[in-house]
Amino acid sequence: MNSYWSDIINGGKSLVVGLGITAREFFKPVVTEQYPWETPTMLPRFRGHIELIGNEETGAPNCVVCGMCQRACPSNCISLDGQKAEGGKGKVLTRYILDFTKCSLCGSCVESCNFNALRFSREYNLASFDKNDFVMDLMKRLEDQNRCKH
Amino acid sequence: METSIWRALFYLVGIMAFAALNAAYLVWCERKGAARIQRRSGPTEVGYEGLLQPLADGLKLMSKQLLVPRSVDGIIFRLAPVLAMIPGITSLVVIPFSGNIQARAMELSLLLIFALASLGMIAILLGGWASGNKYAIISSARAVSQNLAYEIPMLLTAITVVMISGSMNLREIALDQQGGFWQWNIFRLENGHFLTMWVSFIIFFICSVAETNRAPFDMAEAESELVAGYMTEYGSMGYGLFMMGEYINIVVGACLTATLFLGGWDCPFGLTSGVWWFILKIYILIFTVIWIRWTYPRTQIYRLLNLSWKILIPFAMANLLITAALIKVF
Repeated sequence: MNSYWSDIINGGKSLVVGLGITAREFFKPVVTEQYPWETPTMLPRFRGHIELIGNEETGAPNCVVCGMCQRACPSNCISLDGQKAEGGKGKVLTRYILDFTKCSLCGSCVESCNFNALRFSREYNLASFDKNDFVMDLMKRLEDQNRCKH
Repeated sequence: METSIWRALFYLVGIMAFAALNAAYLVWCERKGAARIQRRSGPTEVGYEGLLQPLADGLKLMSKQLLVPRSVDGIIFRLAPVLAMIPGITSLVVIPFSGNIQARAMELSLLLIFALASLGMIAILLGGWASGNKYAIISSARAVSQNLAYEIPMLLTAITVVMISGSMNLREIALDQQGGFWQWNIFRLENGHFLTMWVSFIIFFICSVAETNRAPFDMAEAESELVAGYMTEYGSMGYGLFMMGEYINIVVGACLTATLFLGGWDCPFGLTSGVWWFILKIYILIFTVIWIRWTYPRTQIYRLLNLSWKILIPFAMANLLITAALIKVF
């Protein structure tokens, strides 16, 4: 019989406490973001798809076409081409294609790059109806970024 | 009482409009309330603060196909959603909104409302039965056992009010409580009824939440176990009518609680009593129902029945005895 009464009293008390908590929450400000109207700025460590880093002055890619990223990629997302630099040593990048449909964002390519040529972008608006939108030409992306800069 | 055709027509249109408007906008209130409690902002896109959302929802439901699966009992399947609406709307006929706004002041109006409330339960039973679906049948069986369990304490507490007022007429009951909050049945000073009537009020309110199948007592549509319970096979306006029926039942429950315990249209300070006080009281009660829904998780069926049979019914009976004794002694 004792537990009967204590159940009623403690149960009733806990119900009132619960109502108090939700009442307090009711008057606190909203914490959600209204996504299409408010776009969040992505955090520095966000992993989007990869992108090329351009030289700060010329804007040309830092890439030396060593092919380490291509070899590091476990799912063969990356294909790149380069040609002999005109009147200099080393190679310049001519083509850098990322097949994002296969990418698992493991980051092995970024880790393997010794020339500060690759990084994660902070792109997150990636929805599309077309599969081909996810085969990305990163050279073109870098050019677009350069154009925006100037 | 004047009995012209215009009066009947006026009340018919008025009550239908009141019921439909409430059913539509309580969904909006519910969604906004839930959002605020969970610190979201709720519907914002359709109209200012999502105020046209009920309209958009209604259009969407009406434009969908009314699908009747092959294995169902056709007539009952189509009848059940309509039957879910009718008792709620009919109950509003005898609710005294104020001293002079009431469609019909019947002598046994309280009894009529309880009779119609049981009819609402039949709608759920029929809907679940006709669906020919396991989940739906389990759900309607649960709904019936739940409503049976909660009708008893509800009626017992209603009897205490009837004993105090000496009438089953809701208008008489409300008139008996005029003149400030100390006259209301919940805090009634006369004969020392305030000692037990607040317990009655709490029991009655819990039962009205349970009778309308609202969370935390929404065993009938426990999504995690029963898909959508008795509404599983319903789409389109069939579902819409069940939904509207639920909200109208909430309004009726709030009206009944306000009339029986909170003095109806009476002002707490005995000054400007009128329909606005009644509206204010029912919306406070409805808000509390929404608030409760978004505070507590769903109970289990046996806990629900335990609460009724082991706690509410003994308390309601004790209350009845004490109230009778108080009336006799003083």
